[in-house]
Amino acid sequence: MRKIEFQTVVDAAKELCARSASDLPADVERALAAARAREISPAGAEILDSLLENARVARDEKRPICQDTGVAVFFIEKGAEAVVAGGTLTDAVNEGVRRGYEEAFLRKSIVRGPLDRVNTKDNTPAVIHLEEVPGDRISIRFMAKGGGCENMSRLAMLTPAEGREGVIRFVVGAVDAAGANPCPPIVVGVGMGGTFEVAALLAKKALFREIGSPNPAPALETLEKEILEKINNLGIGPQGMGGVTTALAVHVLSHPCHIASLPVAVNIECHAHRSAEVVL
Amino acid sequence: MSGTIIKVKSPLAEGAVESFRAGDVVRISGVLYTARDAAHKRIVEALDAGQAPPFELSGQIVYYVGPTPARPGEAIGSAGPTTSCRMDSYAPRLLEAGLKGMIGKGNRAPVVVEAMKKYRAVYFAAVGGAGALISKSIKSCEIIAYEDLGAEAVRKLLVEDFPAIVVNDVLGGDIYETGRKKYQRL
Ligand code: SF4
Repeated sequence: MRKIEFQTVVDAAKELCARSASDLPADVERALAAARAREISPAGAEILDSLLENARVARDEKRPICQDTGVAVFFIEKGAEAVVAGGTLTDAVNEGVRRGYEEAFLRKSIVRGPLDRVNTKDNTPAVIHLEEVPGDRISIRFMAKGGGCENMSRLAMLTPAEGREGVIRFVVGAVDAAGANPCPPIVVGVGMGGTFEVAALLAKKALFREIGSPNPAPALETLEKEILEKINNLGIGPQGMGGVTTALAVHVLSHPCHIASLPVAVNIECHAHRSAEVVL
Repeated sequence: MSGTIIKVKSPLAEGAVESFRAGDVVRISGVLYTARDAAHKRIVEALDAGQAPPFELSGQIVYYVGPTPARPGEAIGSAGPTTSCRMDSYAPRLLEAGLKGMIGKGNRAPVVVEAMKKYRAVYFAAVGGAGALISKSIKSCEIIAYEDLGAEAVRKLLVEDFPAIVVNDVLGGDIYETGRKKYQRL
C-alpha cells in the first residue's frame, strides 16, 4: 500500500480549482484561434477575438475567465494500492474546493437544496466520480462546470431502431434548442449506451478529451465529424449572433447496453472549458 | 451589424431606446443595476405588495450578473452576463414599472419580447464567458440591497464603455434569429 497524506490531496484539489479558473487550457485556446481564422461572420469573428483576449487577460492578471466559476466536478481514478492517510478522499477533495474557491476569490455557486436555495458559501459539496484502477497512484481530473451550459444538456432513451440517425438527430436538436444560451462556441460531450445514468456520466467524461485529438474508435471519430458539421451548419455562431462556429468539438463515448435500449446523453460545455489534471 | 459603435448613456433618456436596432453594437456608460433570479423574485414581490423596489426602475438598465468576489483594491471580480431566460417570468413586471433595458445572454421568451414592444424597452447581450474583460469597464460597485444573497445581491455599478450588442429592439427585431438565418446551411 502506498500512503498519500490527506493534506496532499487537499492541496492538489485546491490548486486545480484555483489554477483552472484563470488559465484556459491550451487546446481550447488553439481551437478558438482556429475558429477565429475560419469564421466568416464579422460579428462572430469579433466575438471570438474578445474571447481570445479575455483568455489572455484572465491568465495574465489571474482573474477568473468567467464569473461562473462553476460546480466543482472531479473524476478520480484511485489506484487499488493507494490509500489516503488521515481521512477520506471525498473529505480531502471537498476541503480543497472550500479553500481553493475562497483563496482564489472564486464565486460560490452551490445551494444546499434545489428547492430551498440556500447558498453553502464555500462551493461544496463537489461532484466526485470515483473509480478504482490498478496501481498505486491517484489521478484527479477537475472541471469547473458552468450552470448556463449545463442547463442546456439533455438525455433521451431512444429505441434501438432509431439508431445512428436517431443519435445524430437528438444531439444536433439539443444544440439547436440551446441556441445562444450556453455561450457558444461550445464543446459537445455525448454519452451513448450504458443505462440512463451511465450515458449522462459518459457525456461529461467525454468532455475531458483533448480538443483536436482523434477518438480512438474510428467509427466514433466519423460520427463526431458528422455531428460537428451538422451543428456548425445550424448558423447559431459565436454567442448566437450568427456564424459558422457553433461548436469547437464533439466528443463521443460509448458503452455496452441492454438489448432494448439506446440511451443518449448530451452534455453541453461552453468555450470557458476549464479543466485540469494532477496525478499523485 | 452596422460596423459603427453607438454610445449609450444609462439611465436612458426618454425615447432613447426607439432608435436602437437589433444587431447594433453599443458601449454603455453610466449606471447599471445587477439582479439575477433571486433578486428579481424579491423585486417583483415588493412591486406586488405595493412597496418601493430597491432602486427606481424608471429609465434604468438591469444587468443579469453574479460577479466573482473582488480582490483587495479592485472594484469587482469577473462580471460577465448570465442566461437571461431565467428572468423571463419576472421581466415583464419590471418593464411595466419603467425598466428600459436588460443586459444578459441568450434568448428571451415571446412574452418578454412582446413586453419590450409594449413598454418600449430593449434587450442587450454582453459576451458570455468574457467576464475578465468585461470587468475592466466596471469602475465601481456597491451593494444596495439583498446583501444576504451574496453573489446575487443587487449592486449599483458605474460603467464606462461597457460593450454590448442589441438583441431585441422595440420593433420586435431579434439578432439571434436574423444572424442565424444568414449563416445556416440546410
Ligand atoms: S455558460 Fe460558461 S461561459 Fe457562459 S456564463 Fe456559464 S460558465 Fe460562463
